[in-house]
This record gives sequence, structure tokens and C-alpha cells, in this order.
Amino acid sequence: MIAKLARTCTLRISPEKLNFILWDRQPSGGASTWCELEQENFFSEFQMEGVSAENNVIYLELTSENLSRALKTAQNARTLKIKLTNKHFPCLTVSIELLSVSNSSRIVTHDIPIKVIPRKLWKDLQEPSVPDADVSIYLPVLKTMKSVLEKMKNISNHLVIEANLNGELNLKVETELVCVTTHFRDLGNPPLASDDASLDRDPAEMVAVLVDIRKLLPFLAGQQVNPTKALCNVVAGRMVHLDVLHEDVSLQCFIPALALA
Amino acid sequence: MPLLTQHVRDENRQYCLVASLDNVRNFSTVLKAIHFQEHATCFATKNGIKVTVENAKCVQANAFIQAEVFQEFRVEEESVIFRINLTILLDCLSIFGSNPMPGTFTALRMCYQGHGQPLMLFLEEGGVVTVCKINTQEPVGTLDFDFCSTNVISKIILQSEGLREAFSELDMTSEILQMTISPDRPYFRLSTFGNAGSSHLDYPKDCDLMESFHCNHTQVNRYKLSLLKPSTKALVLSCKVSIRTDNRGFLSLQYMIKNEDGQISFVDYYCCPDEDIPESES
Repeated sequence: MIAKLARTCTLRISPEKLNFILWDRQPSGGASTWCELEQENFFSEFQMEGVSAENNVIYLELTSENLSRALKTAQNARTLKIKLTNKHFPCLTVSIELLSVSNSSRIVTHDIPIKVIPRKLWKDLQEPSVPDADVSIYLPVLKTMKSVLEKMKNISNHLVIEANLNGELNLKVETELVCVTTHFRDLGNPPLASDDASLDRDPAEMVAVLVDIRKLLPFLAGQQVNPTKALCNVVAGRMVHLDVLHEDVSLQCFIPALALA
Repeated sequence: MPLLTQHVRDENRQYCLVASLDNVRNFSTVLKAIHFQEHATCFATKNGIKVTVENAKCVQANAFIQAEVFQEFRVEEESVIFRINLTILLDCLSIFGSNPMPGTFTALRMCYQGHGQPLMLFLEEGGVVTVCKINTQEPVGTLDFDFCSTNVISKIILQSEGLREAFSELDMTSEILQMTISPDRPYFRLSTFGNAGSSHLDYPKDCDLMESFHCNHTQVNRYKLSLLKPSTKALVLSCKVSIRTDNRGFLSLQYMIKNEDGQISFVDYYCCPDEDIPESES
């Protein structure tokens, strides 16, 4: 999933979690994706030591395809071990024990070159704060949303996302020749926090943001099955935040609004 | 769904064309068969809708969808005519995806208020509604190929599957497609003259695929292959095709297309012979 989104990604290792960070560095403000896994859901043994006790964290940069290729080999593995090593150059060594037909095991090793990210760059890679959304709404069936957006992309790259507290979400593209709006209803909104400012908002009032479809589609295209939970937070005129949970893996995508000319 | 029912109340006064379909594919598939240009002219009467696409003043394709195909069809005036961007229309009709899950249907309601107004499409699938507003343009005149049955020299009806492979494998390096139709051998021959040489494909009049064969006298006609190649789309969708030529060498191809509910729609292609090379007598 991550490999399809970006060529290079950053892996942040901390005692409790693994994070994959995709940062689209663009002058106009790119989208970023933050993926989180609780290590104990995946590994029976987990040992790490960061730079120091206060900063018990490691940041690595790697080519996503290398890791996904290595993990593909591991699909039918008996055991899987991942180690940070230094073999001529720093690597993430993935050792996969495979069982062959004759019941003898063999070990396949992938050495994935990595770049250790210096501490001074860590501040750019912190977990983005979840914005104070004007409207929070549950996403519709992703497959329908994906199909519609793929067709809308043929019409225009500029997509308006509108949502309200009545569980209504609209997607709209418009050119001088045509205007296409898709209306999703009865989606449901997550319960509001008691001190939320949006309590004053008229539930029918739509909150909108203009984004580039091309930043949104890859994130949706990567979701193969329906997630356990899928939420969309809209900050009027500023950004849209998608929060998707697939069993043990959490994926968040932050898409900034397009600057209007 | 509230959006559509609200709309139904307003329409009786407003729209000169209202058409509803339970399965939008019964309309969009036929339109895809003529989609070789950006723009099309839509012509609606109480009998149904005709959509016309033309190229180079030499080829014209028409798609006919009868009123009976629609669950609801109303045309308030004698006829309604407008020009529209066919690429955008097809993108809108297939907004819920080009490859639907089997058993899922997208419903369509199409409305037009009249001259200068946009075409409104309301599409619904699984409770999700998409509203499309497509601007229309002034219709430009369409060609009349003046194809009259009294001037028909030859008429062949073939099962489409027989021609499909031939058409999709036509040598595109050949500028022309030559059609020979004769009461004697080779009866019906398609020829191309490309970089690799000439290629001939013969269909004898008694072959299984030939449903009927009539030819008054031998004709050899040449058509620009690039103009006819788009007709392959219609051929692939159809079950039968009728091929007719008249005394001027004009070609009429008529395709019978059956939709998912077994209803029939027609697509025809008209093409005039290639003027650059004088017609050769056989």
C-alpha cells in the first residue's frame, strides 16, 4: 500500500510504534501521509535503542519498493526478522525463514539500503496534529468514492469537498462546460467533543474545501478492502484530513487546500 | 431519494425532453459505438433519440435509441435538437464506474429545458446521487447522405462475429479499404494495401455467417480506412451487420445492437467513397 503512494518514505521507530511517513515536498503545499502500527500487534520480539534516553527514536529513509518486495517474499514465511545493520552501508536487513517442500528451511536475506536521518531534520517528521475540524464525517464506501473521483478527474483536477453535520458529503467538479456533483447521504458524523466550537454550527450548513484530485485518489486507490473505520475531517478552505483504520494499521492523509489564483 | 422526487414535481412545466432509464448502460453503450469525435448532435422526437457524429464531411455515424427502451420518455415539442460534447456526456453517464459489479444498476433521468439550456443528468446507484449539468450548443446541420433504397446495388447481412476479427486486424498502414461485392466470386472481399503488401479477406455468399446476399452487379469501392476504422466499436457491440452500397459507391453499414434487457438499438455508419483514386472497374 505504501509503496504505491511514494517512492521514498521515512520509517520512524519508537518503543511502541512504527510509523511510515510520506511527505510530499512541494512549494504549493503537498499532501502528507502518516501510517502507524503498534509494534506489539506485529512482533513477538522488539528491541530498539534510539539516539538517547530522551530521544528514544530512530528515523530512517528508504525506498518503499525495496521493503515491499522483501516483505512479499515473506508472505509464506515461518519466521521473519528485521534488523538494523551496517554492512558497508547502513541497512535494514530482513531475514526470512522459508519452509521448502521437503520441510527443510532456508533463509532468504534482503539488505535494504537506508539513510539514517539526522536529528536536525526530525522536527519536520513529527506526527501532524489532527486539525480542529469544522466538520467530521464518516466516509462512504470507498469503492464508490474511488470510481466517481476517477471519472471526475477526466473533467477537472479541482475538486470541491463539502460536508455537514447531517451526515451529508458532496464531491464536485466544475468547468465552463459541465458541473458534476455527487451527493452521499446518511453517512453519520462522529460524536462531537463537548467543548467543540462546531456545536454552534447549523447541522445542514456545508463546509467546503478545494483540493487537487490527484492528491486524494492515490490514497483511496491504495485501500483494497473496506476499512474498519474511515473518517474525514474538513477544515473550511484550509485542508481535508482522512483518517482510515484497517484492523491494526492506521493511515492518515493530510491534503492542503488549493490556493485559489 | 428526495432530490429526484422534488425534481419530478417541477418538471411537467419545465422540460421539453424527459427520459428515464433503470439501467443507464442501455443508453451509454450505444453511444460508445459512435464516439469517434468530441461533439455530437442529439435529435429527439416522440419516437426516440438519435445521436449523430460526423467527420471530415465524409463519414457519419448515427445511434438510434427508441422511446420503448426508456422506462419513461416524453418529448413536449415536435422535435428537440442540440449539440453536446459527447466525451463529457459519456464520462457523466459512466460516473459510477465503467466496470460495474454484476447485478448493480445505475438509474438515469435525463432532462432538457430547451434551447440554450444545459442537459441535466440525474444518476443514482445504491442511494448515491450524481447530478450533472452539461452545457449544450447550437446544433450545426448534419449531412444527408441521401441513401435511398431504390439506388442500392448490393445488400449483405452478416453475423457480426464473422467480421470482428477481420476488422480489428485490418492493416492500418493501408490508406484505403477496398470493398468488392459481386454476384460471382469472390462475392464479398475486403482488401487493404499496406506497407507489408496487399491483403484480401473473402466471404463467399454461402458461408455460415452470411444471412443474406443480394448483388445486382459487381462493384469495387474504396474508402479511407481511417474514417471507417471507428466503426469497429459498433461491430464489436452488435450481433448483426448489414452492408449496402448504392450506385454512387456510397457505403451504409447498419449494426443491430441488443442491450442487457434484450431490446434492440441501431447504429449506422455512412461513408462516401475515396475521391483521390478513381473508382476502378472490375
